[in-house]
Amino acid sequence: MTIRRTLLPSVILGASLLAGCALPALADTVYVSNEKDNTLSIIDSATLEVTDTVKVGRRPRGITLSADGSQLYICASDDDAVQVMDLKTRQIIHNLPSGKDPEQFALSPDGKLLFIANEDNNVVTVVDVVARKVAFQVDVGVEPEGMAVSPDGKWAVNTSETTNMVHWIDVEKQAVVDNTLVDARPRYSRFTKDGRQLWVTSEVGGTLAIIDTASRQVQKTIRFKIKGVAQDRIQPVGIRLTADGRYAFVALGPANHVAVVDAKTFEVKDYLLVGRRVWQMALSPDEKRLYATNGVSGDVSVIDVEALKVLKSVKVGRYPWGVAVKG
Amino acid sequence: MRFIPLVSSLLAGWLLATPAAFSQEPATVRIAYLTQAMERPPALSNLDSPPDDEGIAGARQAISDNDTTGRFLRQKFELETVTVPEDGDPAQALRDLAAKGQRIVVLDLPGETPGTLARLPEAANLLLFDAGSSDDSLRNALCAPNLLHTMPSRAMLADALAQYLAVKRWTKWLLVVGTRPEDKLYAAAIKRAAKRFGAEVVEEKAWSEDHDARRTAQAEIPVFTQGKRYDVLVVADEIGDFGDYVMYRTWDPRPVAGTQGLVPTNWHRAHESWGAAQLQSRFRTAFGRTMLPRDHAVWAAVRAVGEAATRTRSTDPASLMAYIKGPDFTLAGFKGVPLSFRPWDGQLRQPILLAADRSLVSVSPQEGFLHPKTELDTLGHDQPETGCRPR
Repeated sequence: MTIRRTLLPSVILGASLLAGCALPALADTVYVSNEKDNTLSIIDSATLEVTDTVKVGRRPRGITLSADGSQLYICASDDDAVQVMDLKTRQIIHNLPSGKDPEQFALSPDGKLLFIANEDNNVVTVVDVVARKVAFQVDVGVEPEGMAVSPDGKWAVNTSETTNMVHWIDVEKQAVVDNTLVDARPRYSRFTKDGRQLWVTSEVGGTLAIIDTASRQVQKTIRFKIKGVAQDRIQPVGIRLTADGRYAFVALGPANHVAVVDAKTFEVKDYLLVGRRVWQMALSPDEKRLYATNGVSGDVSVIDVEALKVLKSVKVGRYPWGVAVKG
Repeated sequence: MRFIPLVSSLLAGWLLATPAAFSQEPATVRIAYLTQAMERPPALSNLDSPPDDEGIAGARQAISDNDTTGRFLRQKFELETVTVPEDGDPAQALRDLAAKGQRIVVLDLPGETPGTLARLPEAANLLLFDAGSSDDSLRNALCAPNLLHTMPSRAMLADALAQYLAVKRWTKWLLVVGTRPEDKLYAAAIKRAAKRFGAEVVEEKAWSEDHDARRTAQAEIPVFTQGKRYDVLVVADEIGDFGDYVMYRTWDPRPVAGTQGLVPTNWHRAHESWGAAQLQSRFRTAFGRTMLPRDHAVWAAVRAVGEAATRTRSTDPASLMAYIKGPDFTLAGFKGVPLSFRPWDGQLRQPILLAADRSLVSVSPQEGFLHPKTELDTLGHDQPETGCRPR
């Protein structure tokens, strides 16, 4: 590791997060939920070693940091709860009401509302994380899964896997006001930083749809092709977009690759070989690294964003699912 | 369910918020389900009694899935179910359904009956789904352009098993065949699969009904399974008469596969990947039991109609039929890959699960069995070998 790389993040972090951070500034902490172990693996980004494994609720899947980065929200699907972990003590401090079988969620930009997809009963539950109460629920399609909130907080979108739609929830009206049909089994969605596009992956359809937020129409559909990989194994799931608008990374599930898409031209630039059944991803706060969970091989691939190279794979628990990085 | 009152009030709010969307009545897609009451032959292994709603529960689950999606497109799905009595005539029941204007009928009927029904003059303009019969004849000589199959054929099941055994290099099989005609069909599929995937049936033995194996298995089976050297005992016993008693009683320590032991199937309660856990869970909530293979085949047929209605945004039966049979149709069936119908014989291509009682062992096609179009076509009758001639 060069000096530039060690020092620069500390400056940025120091400036952006102020002095509240107890950890040394370089070391990002990577949290990974292990779906079949009911644990979180905690990785130190400097050493890329697992430093701790913490017991959490049953079948942990989606995880996300609170707005101030002090807490981690964990979907404990089989406990029908979202658990809140204090990251200093690594203790679960309380559960949020989540509705049944929470799988994925998204936090509103102000950090106050958590939008939770309840796979088992076709509902999105919106939780006020401060009051720890259900704020409202919205009916959506069969098997709601991917959740995203637009940067302006106006839209919450949910993808339903069997209905094959993106449901547009007007947060102020607390209601679905539009639906966009996409390819089979939409699993994940992500807004661009400016909020003008929504990127949606369809696992069985094998495609990535880029939807124009203003019109809610599909603007572009991207297909993937990897030499030597059967077309039906290409099953896009997780998406991460870099804040500079340069890249989109798309995890391709059992194709065992992460696709690198030029976020401006929508061309696929590269495919990075990772572990087996790559699932979800997270960027480090400085966006120099991408961490990808590989469900079947039980590890996390660490990708250098600048070089577009896989640096290392870190063994974690069984069926790693969600990942979040704290600076 | 703590949130139900809230949900309904919100649904009401949503209805108010989008009045335009609900100003007209939803259009309806009608689907019929036809089955026949069956005398269940007495089986030695009578541990599990089959549920009364096997098959039909799959239809109801799919209607509910279709309706949830239909809400957003103003489409509604209506199911008419007919159970012909044991001594009744399924052909007449199908004629009656056609006379009532049903165009899409899911047949949950055994043997060659779906092929016979598809040939009725009244069926010419219908779309029939075979969700109850695995007969290979229906995919070959008895195929019909108006008949699609969501149940896998015996050839697909046998090929799926053979691929796995080939990967394990357990290629010498002792084949034990029950007395019923369908056991012989299953055995025929096993023998075909052995040839295709480089295995060998070193010996074939017929099981006779003479003994109550529950009482005498300890004495009977060791002697019965003596003979040539083999790696796996493959059993053909579709009704589950004696196969369960073969396990752990063979002369040599050998695994059992086929209709018992390691079983190739379109659906199994231990299957939870690719979102299957969600389907299993909502099925269990709705019907209080696990989803069975026939439930899934019927579910797939009714969902295929729903998927066509979503994609075409139409409820017109002719458009739906054309789309389902067309090249763009795919179905997400919780098996990890898109499912579609083979144009040459109407069979739904699908991965086949290989499961033991309480665990999923593997899913075929196995890695390495290559195919120029889709690896799914390494299972069952591929285009060059089909006996289905377009008429």
